[in-house]
Amino acid sequence: MEKTQNNKAWFLVLPVLVIVAFSAVIPLMTVVNYSVNDTFGENAFFWNGLGWFEDIITSDRMHSALGRQVVFSAIILAIEVPLGIFIALNMPKTGFWASFCLILMALPLLIPFNVVGTIWQIFGRVDIGLLGHGLAALGVDYNYTNDAFDAWITIIVMDVWHWTSLVALLCYAGLQSIPQAYYQAARIDQASRWSVFRFIELPKMSGVLLIAVLLRFMDSFMIYTEPFVVTGGGPGNSTTFLSIDLVKMAVGQFDLGPAAAFSIMYFLVILLVSWVFYTVMTTLDNAETK
Amino acid sequence: MMRIRSSAVVMTLYLLFLLIPIYWLVNMSLKTNTEITSTFTLVPANLTFANYVTILTDPSWYMGYVNSLIYVVLNTVISITVALPAAYAFSRYSFMGDKHLFFWLLTNRMSPPAVYALPFFQLYSSVGLFDTHIAVALAHCLFNVPLAVWILEGFMRGVPKEIDETAYIDGYSFGRFFTRIFMPLIASGIGVAAFFCFMFSWVELLLSRTLTSVNAKSIASTMTRTVSASGMDWGVLAAAGVLTIIPGALVIYFVRNYIAKGFALGRV
Repeated sequence: MEKTQNNKAWFLVLPVLVIVAFSAVIPLMTVVNYSVNDTFGENAFFWNGLGWFEDIITSDRMHSALGRQVVFSAIILAIEVPLGIFIALNMPKTGFWASFCLILMALPLLIPFNVVGTIWQIFGRVDIGLLGHGLAALGVDYNYTNDAFDAWITIIVMDVWHWTSLVALLCYAGLQSIPQAYYQAARIDQASRWSVFRFIELPKMSGVLLIAVLLRFMDSFMIYTEPFVVTGGGPGNSTTFLSIDLVKMAVGQFDLGPAAAFSIMYFLVILLVSWVFYTVMTTLDNAETK
Repeated sequence: MMRIRSSAVVMTLYLLFLLIPIYWLVNMSLKTNTEITSTFTLVPANLTFANYVTILTDPSWYMGYVNSLIYVVLNTVISITVALPAAYAFSRYSFMGDKHLFFWLLTNRMSPPAVYALPFFQLYSSVGLFDTHIAVALAHCLFNVPLAVWILEGFMRGVPKEIDETAYIDGYSFGRFFTRIFMPLIASGIGVAAFFCFMFSWVELLLSRTLTSVNAKSIASTMTRTVSASGMDWGVLAAAGVLTIIPGALVIYFVRNYIAKGFALGRV
């Protein structure tokens, strides 16, 4: 659509600006302020320059948390995106069963994050959980509270359980928007199932798929509540992801300076990735409408 | 015929995978604590609703739900109210810095709540809003307002601009046009946006836990403190979990036809 040039539109945006400025800009300024100051308590601050940033960049703690976070997000994307596409392809297209599947699949998305954690905590425990008990009965040595590998498996399965539906629902919506004529043309050409997927469905889904990848990347990159409830970041530090580490540092130990420097770098990483995705998305958007 | 059958198998397996953990939670909530810890049963041997009774009669439990619902509704109302005019501006006009502004709004959806937990605590304490419903509602605006603007903008783009122009020629003022003509046209969009605001505010734990202590304590943070002197109270914890799923399930049921539409815009 052609848009009218009108700077008075700023007045319409003003309320949003005020609200978001209050809940985003002011807190962010506080963080910036802390990150360059040091304190011995009692609200006496003195200038520390970039000291905290140097500390954080060179600290092993930050490196290992970042490493775990990147591995976690990569595994999550590698499992959830293909699985979500696969599920979407198998969903019923119309009628009662379609809305039946829709409702059940949307259910995990609306469960509060900490309850998701609770569900898997109860489900996975060896003494009272179906999963833990069942695996133990099969002779598998599984205990997510002691064994780092088991803890990882539990958290990954939990995240797949929680979020694959989102990818599937997005792809499903993308699939629904493909006109029947495309499939009829493919049938006339005697296209195989694979080439229908590769040349019709996948390109038509690319827009929503990109958004799904973006959302899953962002949300897995700032995951906090679910692993916090299930493992509390343990055993040891094996499931301490960036957000968990940050909250530990800021609220637990009250190390304001390092936590603030940590926050800012965390934020910049997210900002950079968002910007790349956003640019790709808008370019695709423009290419489609032209 | 083979294809249909194989996809039914896939869907059944997937739905089972989704439902079994939920079933286990429901199962737990209907057992006594002794049954949970001493024996292992697939269905409750002595069916009991005592856990639910505990929650529904103890104010420190059920007020958690009331508090959560209050701030979620407040947040949804605030988000939609401020997002409507802004989304209209983004969909109809180009103005100085509009693209940068839009991207900046989106980055707030992407920023980790953990970064904001501590500054929020200090900000709201200093203005005397700590432990009030409005504090949590405002804090959740951080990610819900950008989201609402994004969703609504998508819906508004689908309404032809000629409608606006005709209304102005007919002598409608902006306010009257917006509330009488435009808002009914995008009613389903408002519904979808409200749904997502409700959902993201309802599931959030970190900020609501940081910003409340007693008077506005949310159900999510009530649940993180169930460790009593006699160990974990699993039955009550499970029952509380089941009760948090119910509002979500109700909301999904009412908006099921819009969900696919909202997702189709890809603006979650």
